[in-house]
Amino acid sequence: MPGKLKKILGGLALLAVLLVLPHLLEFHHQDLLIFLTINVLVVSSYRLVTLTGEWSLIHAVMMGVGGYTATLLFKNLELGMWFTLPLAGVVAAMVAGLLCFPLFRMTQFYFLIGSFAAGEAIRLCWIEFVNPFGGTGGLSGVEPPLIGGIDFLEPVPYFYLTLAVVGLCLLILYRIEKSRIGLTLHSVHWKAPLAESVGVDTWRYRALAFIIGSFFVGIAGGLKVHYLGTITPNQFGVGFMVFILIWVIVGGYNRFYGPIIGVVVLTLFDESIRSFDEVRPAIYGAVLILSILFLPMGLESLPARMRQWMGRASAAASSRMTDG
Amino acid sequence: MAEDRGGTAILEVSHVTKRFGGLTALDDVTFRVEEGEIRGLIGPNGAGKSTMFKNIAGFYTPSSGDIRYRGQSIAGRKPHNIAELGVVRTFQETTLFQELCVFDNVLVGCHIRARSNLVAAILGLDRGRQRAARDKVDEVLEFMGLEDRRHQLASELPLGSQRALAIAIALACEPKLLLMDEPFAGMNAEETRHMMNLTRRVRESGISVVLVEHDMKAVMGLCGYLTVLNFGQLLAEGTPEEIRHDDRVIGAYLGGVR
Repeated sequence: MPGKLKKILGGLALLAVLLVLPHLLEFHHQDLLIFLTINVLVVSSYRLVTLTGEWSLIHAVMMGVGGYTATLLFKNLELGMWFTLPLAGVVAAMVAGLLCFPLFRMTQFYFLIGSFAAGEAIRLCWIEFVNPFGGTGGLSGVEPPLIGGIDFLEPVPYFYLTLAVVGLCLLILYRIEKSRIGLTLHSVHWKAPLAESVGVDTWRYRALAFIIGSFFVGIAGGLKVHYLGTITPNQFGVGFMVFILIWVIVGGYNRFYGPIIGVVVLTLFDESIRSFDEVRPAIYGAVLILSILFLPMGLESLPARMRQWMGRASAAASSRMTDG
Repeated sequence: MAEDRGGTAILEVSHVTKRFGGLTALDDVTFRVEEGEIRGLIGPNGAGKSTMFKNIAGFYTPSSGDIRYRGQSIAGRKPHNIAELGVVRTFQETTLFQELCVFDNVLVGCHIRARSNLVAAILGLDRGRQRAARDKVDEVLEFMGLEDRRHQLASELPLGSQRALAIAIALACEPKLLLMDEPFAGMNAEETRHMMNLTRRVRESGISVVLVEHDMKAVMGLCGYLTVLNFGQLLAEGTPEEIRHDDRVIGAYLGGVR
């Protein structure tokens, strides 16, 4: 199978680039690479939630739930990262599971607002309950693991660790999307009554997508706090949620890799206009508006659009030839 | 009113009333459907046919009264529970998964047989079951004459094939009782004839059918027994021949008698 071989070779090439990449970067960019890798997991897990057609505004807060879980387990129980990461996911999934009962009584716009309100309620808890959450200032002193003499506080080893965890999570997310469950989630999105009429419990599948998405974003939260060392409620506010939405929408949400393209391209772009300083937000905003205007299906649709434009151009050229 | 014609009942609707605020859409309706028949549920616009239909399929809960499927009460259950028991509906409009191909549409219909848990899905442990579901899809597509269109998007199909696909999705669910909501609406004579043949084949494969329909000619040719609703009440029941000569039915359709 040449198609499959091509895919494997492409994957290996990508892996090689990713393994070499941190060695070519300066310290500041190594940091950025780690956060970018974590954000790839954030947007990919968000995509799973949106598969049923429900866009939530609680995803950033769920990342915080994972982050706080990892922090508290590390500081109070002195658990290592091998335990804090999965448990960060599990606790985020459990919180999501409880929230399903009020949230999935709503759909569409009401769900959006409801999820936002629930998220803010959780964030207020972090601010108000100074013990154990540390209030507005948050918590600090979380450390990455030290395994066999390798200090994961260094960016390069931590990047490899992040890459491995995120890679595994993406593989699982991909398998879910391509499985029977993925098909059922699509069916709930496009025609919920028809799905119900053939025996699909739409409530359960909406809840399932929300819980799985929260599990993986919880792990992302754990990865972030173990590298950053500190956690505050403001890291997971509306600002970050808006960024998640922008990455997913600009990248395109119709394919698995769309949001990943979105977060990678926009992060690189944001970094490349760093020297513009005070006009940087204006440039960023302008590019967003342009991309949504001209590529409403996201960056992922660019190759298809290019082909379309080329086709039109050559058709126009050939018609001019015949006219002439 | 419900006349016992000696068969085994697959569906018994007894004294069902459905109110929406001050409006009574169904008023104390009672009838029964026998195993293996094609039953027509007819009546003029606003007679309560669709409301009845949604009550049976679980999309509405009756305000009072009971609906029994093979002796088991299904009134007020969720649509997906009712589908699991073997009562599956089709939709009035061309409600399909427009963005999926024909094959995948029917594959969604295999949900009850093919659903898998998370772990099995991630690790690929459900392969046997998924293969069985694919075989079932092939079988249903062939039965409905859609095998040549399997890779086409549902949105690209002509009307007749869209309706056939809607039935194929329902058949993939392996129903014992199929509820068809106006399968002939908007069809030309040729398409109607084709759909009538398909419906007969469904019945011959051992599935009982209840169909809500406006097209009187199709109903008369297809159903052995008809139930007529008017203004939310049971107006008449009988064979097509009896119904055709029933003064109350004629009056209702011409808009005279209440």
